[in-house]
Amino acid sequence: MAMADMRPPIESGCPDGFQYMHPTMRRNFGLWKYHEDPKPGVLRHVAESGEEIFTVKVGTQRILDVFSLRELTSIGDEFADGYIRFTIRSNIEYYVTDESKVDPLIEAVEKLGYVVGGTKNSVTSLSHTQGWLHCDIPGTDASGVVKSMMDELIDDFKSWNMPNRVHITTSCCQINCGGQGDIAINVQHTKPPKIDHSQVANVCERPSVVARCPVAAIRPAMVDGMPSLEVDEKKCICCGACFPPCPPMMINDAEHSKLAVWVGGNHSNARGKPTFQKLVASAIPNNPPRWPEAAGIVKLILKCYKEDARDWERVGEWVERIGWPRFFELTGLPFTKYHIDNWRGARASLNASTHIRF
Amino acid sequence: MAAKKIYETPMLDELESGPWPSFITGIKALRDNHDNQFIADVTSSLLGQLEHSYETRKGYWKGGTVSVFGYGGGVIPRFSEVADAFPESKEFHTMRIQPTPGNYYTTDMLNKLGDSWEKYGSGLQTFHGQTGNIMFIGTTTDGTQKFFDDINDYGWDMGGAGPCVRTAMSCVGAARCEMSNCNEHAAQRWLVNNFTDDVHRPALPYKFKFKISGCPNDCQNAIERADFAVIGTWRDDMRVDQAEFKNYVEAKGRQYIIDNVITRCPTQALGLNDDNTIAVDNRNCVRCMHCINVMPKALRPGTDKGVTILIGGKRTLKIGDLMGTVVVPFRKLDTREDYEEMVELAEEIIDFWAENGLEHERCGEMIERIGLVNFLEGIDVEVDPNMVSSTRQSSYVRMDGWDDEAIKWFERKAEA
Repeated sequence: MAMADMRPPIESGCPDGFQYMHPTMRRNFGLWKYHEDPKPGVLRHVAESGEEIFTVKVGTQRILDVFSLRELTSIGDEFADGYIRFTIRSNIEYYVTDESKVDPLIEAVEKLGYVVGGTKNSVTSLSHTQGWLHCDIPGTDASGVVKSMMDELIDDFKSWNMPNRVHITTSCCQINCGGQGDIAINVQHTKPPKIDHSQVANVCERPSVVARCPVAAIRPAMVDGMPSLEVDEKKCICCGACFPPCPPMMINDAEHSKLAVWVGGNHSNARGKPTFQKLVASAIPNNPPRWPEAAGIVKLILKCYKEDARDWERVGEWVERIGWPRFFELTGLPFTKYHIDNWRGARASLNASTHIRF
Repeated sequence: MAAKKIYETPMLDELESGPWPSFITGIKALRDNHDNQFIADVTSSLLGQLEHSYETRKGYWKGGTVSVFGYGGGVIPRFSEVADAFPESKEFHTMRIQPTPGNYYTTDMLNKLGDSWEKYGSGLQTFHGQTGNIMFIGTTTDGTQKFFDDINDYGWDMGGAGPCVRTAMSCVGAARCEMSNCNEHAAQRWLVNNFTDDVHRPALPYKFKFKISGCPNDCQNAIERADFAVIGTWRDDMRVDQAEFKNYVEAKGRQYIIDNVITRCPTQALGLNDDNTIAVDNRNCVRCMHCINVMPKALRPGTDKGVTILIGGKRTLKIGDLMGTVVVPFRKLDTREDYEEMVELAEEIIDFWAENGLEHERCGEMIERIGLVNFLEGIDVEVDPNMVSSTRQSSYVRMDGWDDEAIKWFERKAEA
């Protein structure tokens, strides 16, 4: 087709959400008064006007086929006036104004194999990335990890068991698209990239690959008479940042790309300022299809948190209160030299006091 | 209709058991039951390649260059490196489409999008990717243009990919949350739709993200994940319904309220009175939201609402994770002028960063490199003590401009 025949795009950008919003929500926009939690997975919001709306939160597989999508929309048509929303963690929220439709909706959606929950002090659905299914740089899968993990944590999704809400995230490379979580399961590479020198000059913009390295471990080199790159393996931190701009820098390895577990990431400003997650366990095998070792560590941490944390404490606040020595004592996880930070600002994470727990 | 070729998937089959919904079961349904031959074949091949990834613990997609006419970004090109073994999914590109603020849909619209995707793609989609886009996963190069032309006609536009302004995100917001302190929908659309050219034609140092949360609970993870985070807040007193507060005390007991509300206030701004009412030191409240979260019927944000803007949040690459930090402590967001001023600030920031950021350097990393004060001078914003957790600890700084700066401070205070 000639360029002149091509259809120019309509640059409409982000669409107006009000056209897709439940009329009760449109009418009471900015005028909600309070909410209650009638039961797990259900919220009841009451507006200044006295109008109310029920939210039913449903966990999904996130990678949705159109058949499943239509099942979920038909539930919305039957019980929720045809209006829904997705949360940041890919749960569906149905909006119901008629209280008598809440239980039938739950029954119908559960009959189709979906799970209601994820509100208040539960373990809500994992946020995750694309993984082997569709990413170009993944060290592991994403949807499969979530499926395996949520199969194990289903009771904690469906009930209010936890001291406070628990957000779990996964990331399938060390760029960490998955974000901060109370518990995060992230890829951790343990060996420098293997370089396919025959390809570097063809596919990589070498100066930008050199610039991408966080520790300046990459330099241009001639290998077998061809321009390529070399890695100072003593400096290399195995982050894989060179791999996206230069696929011949092969960082992913069936054996040496491991998983690490981090805790204490929290976006909320409630009680304390937002916090970053901290390393607790590494060298966990990347073991599809169900990643039992990673799931075991997550369940262990959740068990200790559930038993020992106070109401409203997020995982990070709990560890902060009881101290890291107690965390390693309670979980039985090993404390190693790798837990001590050496990145910029690392001294701020050392204990410059005599505050010691015995 | 079934796929022409079925690949064995013993490992993936294990992901069909258990109580959580299975994406493998869903993909198999497309393979076995979809009446579009392309969908049946491409999903079958996808399962074959994914099984191969599970067996070998490696990914087999590579990027490339695919875009729709008139745009430079928004398609995530994927070409299979193992197309010889799994030829039907040789091309499997993702379309990033911008959702509404807060991700609202009618079921009719979702079905319509599903219909379009069935016509031109694999029938697989995700609501939503980590940046916030609807991800329509899996089509050919030819299919990207056809699908985009189709849905663009009824109101959907491409999101960002590459070094550009990215698709923005907002929380559920004022539409259904009593904690909301701003119109998240308007804020998102004012901001990101001012930069549609920068969304569609990547030409910035790296990605730039806007995220909006209606209150400091920050359900949208804006502070940690957005270059430009807008957080709803208020500056008058929080609203207290003492009768409802007493109801909580009666229901839960004084000890519970002391342990879970009063002593959990980060600035010790709360007290429990002898008559079971609450005392609030609003001057020292930092709007953390905790007490309001515990007792939403008794406590509410105030009515003089607005936003705090924090700049520079991002994830790990390249210098480590950074939180956004305060650049605008408080700003009203009511009138057209208020929104225009916020957009102007965003323009200033993006322009300055485009001029001064290094290749692949996020805005927060640039600020880390040049220092907050140089950044503030670059975008013409005055310093404010709300921008710091503490003042300087190092005496190694040249301070011969002190008197002038002190005069400026008193002048600004006099104007306020």
